[in-house]
Amino acid sequence: METYKLPDERGHYGMYGGKFVPETLIQAIVELEDEYKKAIEDEQFNDELNTLLKEYVGRETPLYFAERLTTFANGAKIYLKREDLNHTGAHKINNSLGQALLASRMGKKKVVAETGAGQHGVATATACALLDLDCIIFMGAEDIKRQQLNVFRMELLGAKVISVDTGSATLKDAVNEALRYWVANVEDTHYILGSVMGPHPFPMIVRDFQSVIGMETRQQYVEKEGRLPNAVVACIGGGSNAMGMFYPFINDESVRMYGIEAAGFGLETNKHAASLTKGSPGILHGAFMYLLQDANGQIQEAHSISAGLDYPGVGPEHSYLKDIGRVQYESISDKEALEALKLLSQLEGIIPALESAHAVAYALKLAKKLNADEGLVVCLSGRGDKDMDTVRAKMGGGV
Amino acid sequence: MNRIEKVMRRIKENNEKAFIPYIMAGDEGLDALPKQITFLEKAGATAIEIGIPFSDPVADGPVIQAAGIRALQEGTTLKAVIQTMAGVRPIVHVPLIIMTYMNPIIAYGIEKFIEDSYHAGVDGLILPDLPVEEEGLVAPLAEKYGVEIIRLVTLTSPLERIKEISSKGKGFIYAVTVKGITGARNRFDKQVGEHLQRVKSVSSLPVFAGFGISTPLHVKEMNRYCDGVIVGSKIVELFREKELSAIEELIKAANIMRTIK
Repeated sequence: METYKLPDERGHYGMYGGKFVPETLIQAIVELEDEYKKAIEDEQFNDELNTLLKEYVGRETPLYFAERLTTFANGAKIYLKREDLNHTGAHKINNSLGQALLASRMGKKKVVAETGAGQHGVATATACALLDLDCIIFMGAEDIKRQQLNVFRMELLGAKVISVDTGSATLKDAVNEALRYWVANVEDTHYILGSVMGPHPFPMIVRDFQSVIGMETRQQYVEKEGRLPNAVVACIGGGSNAMGMFYPFINDESVRMYGIEAAGFGLETNKHAASLTKGSPGILHGAFMYLLQDANGQIQEAHSISAGLDYPGVGPEHSYLKDIGRVQYESISDKEALEALKLLSQLEGIIPALESAHAVAYALKLAKKLNADEGLVVCLSGRGDKDMDTVRAKMGGGV
Repeated sequence: MNRIEKVMRRIKENNEKAFIPYIMAGDEGLDALPKQITFLEKAGATAIEIGIPFSDPVADGPVIQAAGIRALQEGTTLKAVIQTMAGVRPIVHVPLIIMTYMNPIIAYGIEKFIEDSYHAGVDGLILPDLPVEEEGLVAPLAEKYGVEIIRLVTLTSPLERIKEISSKGKGFIYAVTVKGITGARNRFDKQVGEHLQRVKSVSSLPVFAGFGISTPLHVKEMNRYCDGVIVGSKIVELFREKELSAIEELIKAANIMRTIK
């Protein structure tokens, strides 16, 4: 395989990606790309980011050998990359801090962001509090209902949370409103997109800031096992924790990669969020990517028990990696994710986020098929505290 | 010669000011579209912009968003709009321009869309999420069939870029007059006049101002700096309120400029 080097200079990953945005935003994303390229060559910027990641976020996060889970699966060794131990409880902070530093560098004092479950909103509000930036978060009215506590967290951190009532009133609509806000305020505002989606350069920037996950994992796994893992597994909504885990392994042909989408009530129903498995290519939110859409190109609503996977598209780089077959995309239902959440809680004392529970559920299936001398890593992208109301309701109030 | 090109030539020769109203296809059902088109032509529209409803219209404000939702609830599809336009084309003489986001076109098939549009008598396309960087997906096919792409420039476009954009095509330049989305504004940025003059100074194509224009006064104000105006949200609103005489007033505001000149 040739060395992987994408996106191309136009921000494309094969046919995917690009900059499908209104003309008003073009200048801002061109400037962002220029500034980003300068920043990553700048020692001071990197020092500042790395110091914050170490001393504020708490990196590096452990690569934990889940011995009881491994025994349960009775197959390959299962390791967990503990992104749930990051400050704010998920991988989202890796990107929010990086982009907030970029915003400061560009002299922009205001930040806008979208959020689904609220994890990216909380991470962005946190980074903005730290770096003294004004912060506005758009969040779907439905998600606000589901994630009250995260709304309060964001407000406590000084952010202004704006409820979005349009469309399905979830993440997709929050992105629409954040984009509309950005179009109107582009001169003094930076948009901190929370996943590997949107117009170029966002998918690249978010991937790069999240790649710390895969880079650490690679090194830690080699230290523990003296070789590379046989497989890495991560859940996919927009796809940021997965891209961060996969990217540093992309040229290692021996490492198989699995991206796990939300099958919701099941792929045979129309209540799922499996854009790669059941969708088709199209353009939404500035990029060419796989989408859930009807025959006339209208975007359909996604469904997942986990608000963070509840998005009808998936980042352009994942779309490309699917087409070339480098990553295998599978899906896990609401029910399977809940079971995995309970299992991990009781076997390892770790309550994962519902998003991450999808990856855990698939990893268990995969581990069973592999031999005891093989090993895999699951990206445990976030912790489950935020999901306790949902989980308790689904379990009928008791375990 | 494409109808748009012909009309642009006439505007230039006669020193006319253009007025292009926007309507959302399928708002009040697709049956209403032919009546709306013929009404606007009779009222003096220079060309008519026909919006295709899309679930996620990021460049649009509340009025057009709501109209789009109503149109989708009526079951409006791109295919049905093109068929309706083909039906009305023989009795309408002004250029008809489709405004749509990219995804409905991709789902339709880009070449098939251009081909069917051409046969239906569609003269131009406005695609707000297709900047020049990405227009390779559509522009060569549009050129093949002689359908004009109408490109947008905005308050944030640098002069060099405005030059590049206005060197393309044979239609007109759509100069966006606000930083933001579509919808009525009470007032415009002070820079708007300068912006329009700057675009005029480098563009060989006629320059039409759009976004936020909602009163006869706005129309006259904008026309001091450019060759015409595009009015969307206000027209959509007036059709919904059945204020047809107010639509005629708006269009007349541009016509008055024509006679003064």
